[in-house]
Amino acid sequence: MTIAKPALRIEDRRFLTGQGRYVDDIALPRQCHAAMVLSPHAHADIVSIDTSEAEAMPGVLAVLTGHDVAADGLGSVPPFFMPELWGGPPGYATMRPLLVMDRVRFVGERVAMVIAETADQARSAADAVMVDYAERPAVVDAQAALDPKAPVLWEDCPTGNRSVTLKFGDAEQTAKAFEAAHVVVQRRFVSGRVAPFSLEPRGCIGDYNAGEDHYTLHTSSQDPHGFRRILASLVLNIPEASLRVISPDVGGGFGLKAHMHPEDGLVLWASRRVGRPVKWIATRSEAMQTDTQGRGQTAHAEMALDAAGRILGLRVRAYHNLGAYFWGTATPPLFFSMQLLPGTYVIPAVNLETNAVFTNIAPLSVYRGAGRPEAAFVIERLMDEAASTLRLDPREIRARNYVSPEQMPYANGAGLTYDSGDFPRLANECAELADWDGFAARRVASERAGRLRGRSITSYIEVAGVMNERMEIRFDPSGTLTILAGTHSHGQGHATVFSQLVSEWLSIDMKDIRYVQGDTDKVLIGRGTFAARSSMLGGTALRKAADDLILKASKMAAVLLKVEESDIEFADGLFRTRNSNQTISLKEVARFFYLPAGPVMRFSLGLYGEGTSAGKPGAQPNFPNGCQVCEVEVTPETGEIHIDRFICVDDVGRALNPMICEGQIHGGCAQGIGQALCEEMVYDESGQLTTGSLMDYCLPRAEHMPFIQSKLIEIPSATNVLGVKGIGESGTIGTPAAIVNAILDAVRPLGVTDLQMPVTAGRLWDAIHSAASQRDEMKGRQS
Amino acid sequence: MRPFTYHRLVSHEHRRAILQSCDDAKYISGGMTLLPSMKLGLTLPSDLLDVTSLPGMCDVTIEGRRVSIGAAVTHARIAEDAALRAICPAICDLARQIGDRHVRNRGTIGGSVANNDPAADYPAALVALDASIHTETRSIAVADFLCGMFETALDEHELVTAISFGAPDAARYEKFPHPASGYAMAGVFIARTGGFYRTGITGASGQGAFRCEDMERLLNAGAPVEELASLGFDDLDIFEDRFGSRAYRENLIRVLAHRAVVHLKS
Repeated sequence: MTIAKPALRIEDRRFLTGQGRYVDDIALPRQCHAAMVLSPHAHADIVSIDTSEAEAMPGVLAVLTGHDVAADGLGSVPPFFMPELWGGPPGYATMRPLLVMDRVRFVGERVAMVIAETADQARSAADAVMVDYAERPAVVDAQAALDPKAPVLWEDCPTGNRSVTLKFGDAEQTAKAFEAAHVVVQRRFVSGRVAPFSLEPRGCIGDYNAGEDHYTLHTSSQDPHGFRRILASLVLNIPEASLRVISPDVGGGFGLKAHMHPEDGLVLWASRRVGRPVKWIATRSEAMQTDTQGRGQTAHAEMALDAAGRILGLRVRAYHNLGAYFWGTATPPLFFSMQLLPGTYVIPAVNLETNAVFTNIAPLSVYRGAGRPEAAFVIERLMDEAASTLRLDPREIRARNYVSPEQMPYANGAGLTYDSGDFPRLANECAELADWDGFAARRVASERAGRLRGRSITSYIEVAGVMNERMEIRFDPSGTLTILAGTHSHGQGHATVFSQLVSEWLSIDMKDIRYVQGDTDKVLIGRGTFAARSSMLGGTALRKAADDLILKASKMAAVLLKVEESDIEFADGLFRTRNSNQTISLKEVARFFYLPAGPVMRFSLGLYGEGTSAGKPGAQPNFPNGCQVCEVEVTPETGEIHIDRFICVDDVGRALNPMICEGQIHGGCAQGIGQALCEEMVYDESGQLTTGSLMDYCLPRAEHMPFIQSKLIEIPSATNVLGVKGIGESGTIGTPAAIVNAILDAVRPLGVTDLQMPVTAGRLWDAIHSAASQRDEMKGRQS
Repeated sequence: MRPFTYHRLVSHEHRRAILQSCDDAKYISGGMTLLPSMKLGLTLPSDLLDVTSLPGMCDVTIEGRRVSIGAAVTHARIAEDAALRAICPAICDLARQIGDRHVRNRGTIGGSVANNDPAADYPAALVALDASIHTETRSIAVADFLCGMFETALDEHELVTAISFGAPDAARYEKFPHPASGYAMAGVFIARTGGFYRTGITGASGQGAFRCEDMERLLNAGAPVEELASLGFDDLDIFEDRFGSRAYRENLIRVLAHRAVVHLKS
């Protein structure tokens, strides 16, 4: 039995001994290198581009501009999908060219490309491409961009800089709820832009084979088939069979690599132009300017409650900063940041709205959590404000509002129906693990040491598992097998977990299972991995593939054992007849499928199984959820924040590999902690990125990490045969709220009532200091 | 990065000979500032002259109370040197707080001092210890050596060979690292010798590391440590960024000084 065991990760030996194979590890014969010319302006017309100096530089093979892109008929790229596909209004979709020809709309926009013998030569020549710009005024803030006097990015967008507005809930009913309220709490919440920051930066190699008129793209991708579809059908205008996309080992995606980027198309095209493989690897500085970013939401939120602290209604008006394009998978965060606003609570009336707005900064896309952390931040911060206003314990006010297990399946009023969950139980287990009742004594001890102690208890809920998926299992003649996965692991440990499943289902030793992913020539079709989808959709498809394989093999087994197929049973890797003790192993049966003659003549040659799972639309996603308790200590004279306790209790449905589940939780929490305490991409008013290096952009480090105590709860999901719930994003979702609420709890006695992320020591000290000044001023007036 | 020629210097004659023959030579020691700057194209030297093999550059010598540290001694070595720790543990503790393990294994005291980054740690110690900076031709008092942000009294191609100072009776460095860069948002070095205090403050000011004579007056007068809270810095150019307002950095200087003094008195 291997399922539910904390099996060590098969892939780690390779990764930890430097034998991973990332794009930059691949060197094709005769390959040359590309470098991009990036716009230094946030908003400007391109007057002219002079490539002559660059073309004359050593090693330069070609300098290509947007005019060449247009002349060669390369297509521009629309968003992966617009809100309309998910039932929203149409909205304004941008078409993004691989290289812009006429007008740049953010700093880092690709203007030209240099191909040279070496990467250094390409970069030096890129610096020598002379672009003459006529600057335009820029706008970087989403709400400022809605001002009628703001610079307009897309003149043919009928709604100015607003692409689309999404609305959920019932405005009238919510208005009534607010009229009946005993108390209303309101706040403005900002989830700033953050960088996905994969350890392996984006990179790709385009390889055009003129003899076969066929392209190969090696790229760091979460979704090779998705890249192939867009690049073949929209950019290059070739049949998908003419393009092979290979994503080998990928060093982190976090949503950044869920969708193709201009460079993926550019290296393919450039390879055809120069007749050699063309490689491009982002430098870290380049990645920070050109990568998509996540979050970017400002929400004005208010909550109505009755005197007993029961929520009556929730009203939210939000603004999402799309950046210069509606690009890639920007739609899901718009939906999830609204649809999960009710969180784990019964809210009888909601009125929710978000506006997606164009500005002159880098495009928005998904980032681990994709809208869910924004939602959790708003609802969980409001819960603590309500508790403070009503002088209720934060645990008590939540207990009065949780959706109970008896209410499942529960429609949350914003378009989602939760299938299962026991939120009160998770809260109780989490509080117990955190020694909730021992807090008062710990606070006294902290105060004696000159520090303030605060705590929080927060819940989160996630929607996981979108779209369909396909998996295949192939036996080979010697009885070992290969899993061909449509999902894509870029750190999640799929090779291990899927092998555990197949090992148990088919009684094949783990070491006899090979795992293949990320190659469109090997895998028929797949959606890749994002949105915590692979355990449910990959796992379900794999179960069906195993069933399909067993069914095929049982027909052969019946022939071999000379009984009717209906007399055959399969268990523990053996086919046996119901009425005798005759058996034959699956491995042995598999061998017969590969013989050149014999019983196989009645069957197809070779043994394999295939399976498909279907998520939304068509079937329901699952709803991972959890509770976190955080305790912090604040040093008031410096604003230093120390996370003293961090406890996560997560309902994972069923833990296929508890060690990997906990690893995913730890990683997600780390990114949540980063957003809460230090990470933010900041643009100045002219649209220049002021956090373009790690000297200014504060990635969380090991020293920022608390000890994370994790407990997994298994309340099986009703939406899939495995009972699993996603785990990939969970940690990022509730963590920012857990941390900010705990900090606020610590400093509330000093008069601090609100804090915006990232809560740096400096920002916290300023808040403490200005609260103290206000207090002194009040005292001054009174005396 | 633009191609360059790398030379490992073995003697000062060798150094002078090579300098004659290059257009745009730069010394390299640990390269912890120079290499990133070259990668970004901000510095484009034709030749890199590695100074770490020059005689004496990696020596730490202690004679009586006088300490001399070769310019190419790494931060890691200073952090771990038992003889240094015995005579001036504060300099070891300072070195231990620089960058990360990788940086400490490469970066050197001479490189840091010659660069005079306003947020580097060593300048605070140099100021408080009234150190001398030695080059192949002269020795320069720290007050004359540090000439504002990234500026020093070094002539072109004048090479720092060692840093020397008299060990104080007691000293303490307190640092508040910048969350992103790890450099000092403020760093306060306080040394006490013969009952007198001397201070060096880094990280907070565009002038680079400076002495705070108001603070020294309070300490030398035996004022209670609480009085450090009254120190003002209105006449100084104090940094301000997303991670710390001017008021916050001024506060950090006071808090760190307080911590250092409490430690010195304990």
